[in-house]
Amino acid sequence: MLNRRPLSYYLLSTFFTAFLLFLYGPMICVYLLSFQGPEGGMSFPMRGFSLVWFETLFSAQGRGVGDLHNSFFRSIRLGLIVALLTMLIGVAAGMSFRRKYPGSNFVFYSAIASMVVPGIFVGFGISLTLRLLGLRPDWWYSGIGAQLTWSLPFAMLIMFIILGRLDKSYEEAATDLGASSAQRFQYVILPLILPGVIGIIMAGFTSSYEESARAGLNIGTGNTMPMELTGLLGAATTPVMFAVGTLTTLFMFSIVIATLLVSGSIAKRRQLRLTAH
Amino acid sequence: MKIDTEFNAKNLVPDTEAGEPAEGTVNRFDVEMVAVSKSYDGGARAVDEISLRIPKASYCCLLGPSGCGKTTTLRMLAGHEDVTDGDVLIHDRNVTDALPAGRGTSMMFQSYALFPHLSALDNVAFSLKLKKVPKAERQARAMEFLKLVQMEELAHRMPAQLSGGQQQRVALARSLITRPKVLLLDEPLSALDPFLRVLMRSELKRIQTELGITFVHVTHSQEEALALSDMVVVMNNGKIMQAGTAREVFEKPSNTFVARFIGGHNVIEFEGRTVSVRADKCRIVEAVGGRNLPATITSIEYQGPLVRINLVTDDRKDLCAVISDTRFFADPPEVGEAVTFSWMPDDEWAFGA
Repeated sequence: MLNRRPLSYYLLSTFFTAFLLFLYGPMICVYLLSFQGPEGGMSFPMRGFSLVWFETLFSAQGRGVGDLHNSFFRSIRLGLIVALLTMLIGVAAGMSFRRKYPGSNFVFYSAIASMVVPGIFVGFGISLTLRLLGLRPDWWYSGIGAQLTWSLPFAMLIMFIILGRLDKSYEEAATDLGASSAQRFQYVILPLILPGVIGIIMAGFTSSYEESARAGLNIGTGNTMPMELTGLLGAATTPVMFAVGTLTTLFMFSIVIATLLVSGSIAKRRQLRLTAH
Repeated sequence: MKIDTEFNAKNLVPDTEAGEPAEGTVNRFDVEMVAVSKSYDGGARAVDEISLRIPKASYCCLLGPSGCGKTTTLRMLAGHEDVTDGDVLIHDRNVTDALPAGRGTSMMFQSYALFPHLSALDNVAFSLKLKKVPKAERQARAMEFLKLVQMEELAHRMPAQLSGGQQQRVALARSLITRPKVLLLDEPLSALDPFLRVLMRSELKRIQTELGITFVHVTHSQEEALALSDMVVVMNNGKIMQAGTAREVFEKPSNTFVARFIGGHNVIEFEGRTVSVRADKCRIVEAVGGRNLPATITSIEYQGPLVRINLVTDDRKDLCAVISDTRFFADPPEVGEAVTFSWMPDDEWAFGA
């Protein structure tokens, strides 16, 4: 055999398979256990299959377990706003780095530094400052602000990657043809970076949806989904939490699929314009 | 492919704009650069006090090795690079501080920079869209310019579906639709294969002649510059070494750099003088009443009608003789053979000294 694979191929494949097992194995356990029979407990073996834990979850107008129903909608609301702000600020910040300006390096490193500071201290610091100023934390300002410290550096890094690949001569050509800076952005840059912008919205949403270290102390009175779950998990005695896990996963997957569909339809629309002629 | 070039030649020449010199004013040059310099962050000068006048409706090539400042010069003409010192005039108007779109120039980029999300037609119509020209009208006009570059058949293709040569034609149409007084081309042929390069070269010249506007073309190929130019500007180290007609530059290079860079010359130190002699005037037989140097043949390149013979003198100086194939095959010398390299005193050029 001329094309015999080297030993490293088998070693690395084994490693990768183990990685996949560690990644998805526990999740698959959670999904399976969420269909546990009514007599079953929080671990294997399965005692029959049922949807009884999903029913429990949605019993009493969705107030069956803790405050999950409300915390879910709070998380969605927070996530959407954070995603939108992350996109607007991230794209603007990325664009500002198209040209070097005095202090641009400082701005860049200070933004990136917040990624390495442990989230719990960022959250604690914000809450301490609010107390010093005599302000009560609430989701619509301190909650959103705390989460932006987490999502914005990612947005900036994504923008750097996208814009780094964008040939500067496109902008120069647009300028040469008479485009103002607004026209240049609208007609040339934005269409070219649109897939990346959608990526930033997604990253903003998911990083908010799962975040609690920073938001925890600054969200005010209404718990978000991850905070509510952390509380419930400590006292859980039935597989109802697994049902929450299964549903959340389904929800996130449908968002991913929806995003792919949107991106796909943008690509398709461009393709259609080609073949139409 | 010959197209009817009469159909729109009048439409395609630049509009006369307000702000241009009134009638009767002498307007002798399309482009003037007056002691223009460029330095980055106060460092060394990329372009060093160059002054240049390009006559009306000329094909001008900026020629030089990479890093000589030719592209920077072009970008300063286009307004994509600030001028550190000096003035730039287009059609006698000082445009040193004007915006790129407000100086009557249009630039064709080395990578063409066609917008990848727009069809060829929309790329060409882009500048009209910015001016809010209605869609039907701007597409009709864009089509006219695509016809000029023989691309009307592929108007609805996306740039990625076009070959390099086709992309270049679209880029050319996109520049010309702005009706520039001066078209600036940054190494327009360097990305094409050799066959296409020669084809596009004559296309560029045809369009320039047809439109009667000035083209400023940056290149590092002396062959390209000689073939195209009404005016060749040889640059080195941010300075203009020589500016003149192709024939002037080739026959009377102003210094040894130009003689070496333009190619086809031997720069020889002989009896205390430095002279240049065209390689096609040199022979490898002893010349009666001529200059003779002993040399050894290092390589022979057959080029069809001509044969190029590379030699080295006893003191390790490279020489080159280009002779006709007939002459070569009458008595073919061999590599390694010791011969006499010769030329006639009349063929020497002593750099104007």
